[in-house]
Amino acid sequence: MKTIHVATEVNGDNVEFVCAPDESLLDVLRNRLGLTGVKEGCGTGDCGACSVTLNGRLVCSCLVLGAEVEGATIGTIEGMARADVLHPLQQSFIDHAALQCGICTPGILVAAKALLDKNPDPTDTELRYWLAGNLCRCTGYDKIIHAVQDAAKKMRTV
Amino acid sequence: MVAVTIWGSLRAFTDGRAQVEVEARNFKELLDVLAQTYPGLKPQITRGVSLALDGRIYREAWFTKIRSDSEVVLMPYMAGG
Amino acid sequence: MALDSNNKRVFKVVGTRPPRPDGIEKVTGRALYGADVSAPGMLVGRILRSPHAHAAILSIDTSAAEALAGVKAVITAQDFAVQDDSALRDVQENCMARGKVLYDGHAVAAVAALTPAIAKAALKLIKVTYKALPHVTDVDVAMRPDAPVVQAGRSFENVPAGMAENVTSQCEFGHGDLAAGFAAAALIVERSFTTAAVHQGYIEPQACLASMTADGKADLWCCTQGQYHVRALCAALLGMEASQLRVTASEIGGGFGGKTTVFIEPVALALSRKSGKPVKIVMTRDEVFKATGPTVSSSIDVKIGMTKDGRITAGEAHLRYSGGAFHCGTIDMGAQAAFAAYDLQAVRTLGWNVLTNRPKEVAYRAPGAPQAIYAVESVVDELCQKLGLDPLDVRLKNAARKGTKSSYGPTFDDIGLMATLEAAKAHPHYTAPLAPGQGRGLSAGFWFNFGGNTCVSLNINTDGTVGITEGNPDIGGSRAAISQMAAEELGIPYEKVRTIIADTSSLGHNDITDGSRVTFAVGLATIKAAQDAIQKMCARVATLWEIDAEAVVWEDGCAKPSGPNAGQFPPMTLAEIAAISFNTGGPIAGHHEFNADGAGVSFGVHLVDVEVDRETGATKVLRYTVFQDAGKAVHPSYVEGQMQGGAVQGIGWALNEEYIYGEDGRLQNAGFLDYRVPVASDLPNIETVILEIPNPGHPYGVRGVGETPIVPPLAALSNAVSRAIGLRMNRLPMSPPRILAALSAKR
Repeated sequence: MKTIHVATEVNGDNVEFVCAPDESLLDVLRNRLGLTGVKEGCGTGDCGACSVTLNGRLVCSCLVLGAEVEGATIGTIEGMARADVLHPLQQSFIDHAALQCGICTPGILVAAKALLDKNPDPTDTELRYWLAGNLCRCTGYDKIIHAVQDAAKKMRTV
Repeated sequence: MVAVTIWGSLRAFTDGRAQVEVEARNFKELLDVLAQTYPGLKPQITRGVSLALDGRIYREAWFTKIRSDSEVVLMPYMAGG
Repeated sequence: MALDSNNKRVFKVVGTRPPRPDGIEKVTGRALYGADVSAPGMLVGRILRSPHAHAAILSIDTSAAEALAGVKAVITAQDFAVQDDSALRDVQENCMARGKVLYDGHAVAAVAALTPAIAKAALKLIKVTYKALPHVTDVDVAMRPDAPVVQAGRSFENVPAGMAENVTSQCEFGHGDLAAGFAAAALIVERSFTTAAVHQGYIEPQACLASMTADGKADLWCCTQGQYHVRALCAALLGMEASQLRVTASEIGGGFGGKTTVFIEPVALALSRKSGKPVKIVMTRDEVFKATGPTVSSSIDVKIGMTKDGRITAGEAHLRYSGGAFHCGTIDMGAQAAFAAYDLQAVRTLGWNVLTNRPKEVAYRAPGAPQAIYAVESVVDELCQKLGLDPLDVRLKNAARKGTKSSYGPTFDDIGLMATLEAAKAHPHYTAPLAPGQGRGLSAGFWFNFGGNTCVSLNINTDGTVGITEGNPDIGGSRAAISQMAAEELGIPYEKVRTIIADTSSLGHNDITDGSRVTFAVGLATIKAAQDAIQKMCARVATLWEIDAEAVVWEDGCAKPSGPNAGQFPPMTLAEIAAISFNTGGPIAGHHEFNADGAGVSFGVHLVDVEVDRETGATKVLRYTVFQDAGKAVHPSYVEGQMQGGAVQGIGWALNEEYIYGEDGRLQNAGFLDYRVPVASDLPNIETVILEIPNPGHPYGVRGVGETPIVPPLAALSNAVSRAIGLRMNRLPMSPPRILAALSAKR
């Protein structure tokens, strides 16, 4: 199978890779670019563990082809902190014990940030519906909602 | 001698008795005596049993001391998840 | 162990909420889970699976697959020796079918190749000739005399003659005169219930990386709840000795009991052995649903008699569980747990395990208890409704307490059921008004918990920090709790302690992270290891001060003279003692190895309010409160996390989740779209109330908490829905089509 050469931007860095035509962006990120923060929970777009932003839009990277991201801008969990300074959302998750096993955490953080970038003051209901595409099996979501709302509050007062 | 409570489906091998009296000073002796006196219990003992001694469950500790006035209850080997 | 006077003490670190040590790695995506690691020269492993629910394997021709360029190894069951022990044989045959395939998705062969694409193509080239056999997927159908036989000759000696060959075991528990008990009842309710099989639903599929070299030594990286158990199983299946196989547990993306055995690990090791290269296998979500370990499916009959003023006079249950195509002992746990919350004069449970053409069961939190307690608590609730009695008052009237002879035999010591019931009664949730169309339900629940084999090594670094090495994968925040208990015992700040999880070569055996045992057993071992280190530090100081060892005591993180007669010496801190350790005899460490007993049972009560939409059949959870006895909550946030997480898993089990089989015996919903777990928008906040009735078997009073929370939700939801729609529901899940069917049947 002929491989395709792609040049794109990930977390502000220019990167290049080659991939098979049917390879997903998820596989490219994990296996070609060494960015294993994004996770495969289902491969069919149902769990959100592979959430990234593509040109500013929240997507499941398992539903995007590697070949599709030529010239695009991608945001993953690895781009959320600034060097060793955590993003307020990340700090809030630790402070509120909003993670247990942590496998869904990168996807949920990317999704939460995508929401707050558009809507800095969501209601609990808006937040819960926004995160409905991110499955968590450990926490029951309660502390996640508290953590995001607390981070949102802190981010609004900056 | 200590009284040992046998659970329902094992009573077929102790002549229907829910409680049997055995001479045993610890868990291992208890299992050995039970297997010897009631050979029908052997397969279950081999598969695994736990012991509840005065309300406390011991999964497999052979040297757990048993007194003659202890409450001794045989239980299936515990499993969790 | 006697009740330690430490139970009454004021804790400094235990009971606080410090940050977890793995937090930053997990929020930045740097933590390494099962699929996140690769090795140089690594091959990709893929598994070929049966499309039949039940079939004889007539032949497997792997020649074309072996000849494909880039394929380095192909294996079948022939690459595994036959095991003598029946339990090990079952594990091996579940990992790779021998002679027969027993469920849709059962593994029959595997390949290792240079790339995923080549591995996928190679699978297609393996020619398997099957002869389809009649199949059975329903537990009650499988018990009929004419049912297809899943495996012959697997019945234990406790199965009476004449039962169907699919029945592998029978168990019975209880005491008292049932006939007299029922005769004394004012009202008897008899009901039958069924529950579908569900899956633990961990978001991380199984993944492993196996690397075996020609001298027979191997390294295995995998996501597991028990690396030592994985070592034991893989060593047996591969014919290796324990010291040859080093198993390292990755961070784990959820387990809940489902990652307490092996599925792909022996396969990866066998492929690595055959190819001479490391082999990585990652399951797809489809494979996880089809070929890992869901719960049993169940069919249960319950009969309970009650007096007019709410005293239960007799309780009886017949439980039929199916743990799939291999023998499963979960019925023993369910039959014991069913009436455990009650103080009964007459009680009897009779249970059977039945084989079906379904995947081999593995635990899901408290295995066997949710189904049994769902059925019992539903009947208790129906009796309360019919007699016009308050359901909490009835639980209080019949609750097991210290001195109660439990329904499974032993007499209870201090337990927290009364306290949780009283807390529920006093809580505003219980008396909050309900609107029309809404219903409130409650259920008590319980799990045994246990201790188990544990090793801990506690090392004092020369700068006064402490490193703890333990052997239990952290699935709920246990590393933090372990560090807290060590800090408490040593009298040093939490920040000075770091707890890591060892691979199997670095520490003695540790039982699986299950049974809600880690905070209890590993915590207990840590306390003892700390006391061991303290004793050694005191001995060093005694030598330095030239006084007797008994004259040195440990207080507030320092060695001090025991009294004025011992001499005038300023206290020496742990850091000061550590700094001179090389001069005073060498590095200082404490350790402890034991088989822990004395785990305390954990009782819980759940309250839930629901609203049912009569047009769609959808149930909305409006309010949910969890009450549970933790003995002593070492890190309250993580105890709350277990309570909330288990409750939500139970909500999914009650309202939506189920394994759906077609007429062809194949699983129809092997993905998260059609296997519907709760999402954030389904749920309200989950309020938690932690009770602390200390466990006499632990110096700080700790009880395990992780499993109990999944037990009460099933009946709590069923009771709430039943009251909301005015109809008793007796089947799980209560999905919208089922509720609509029940409502239209009523009309």
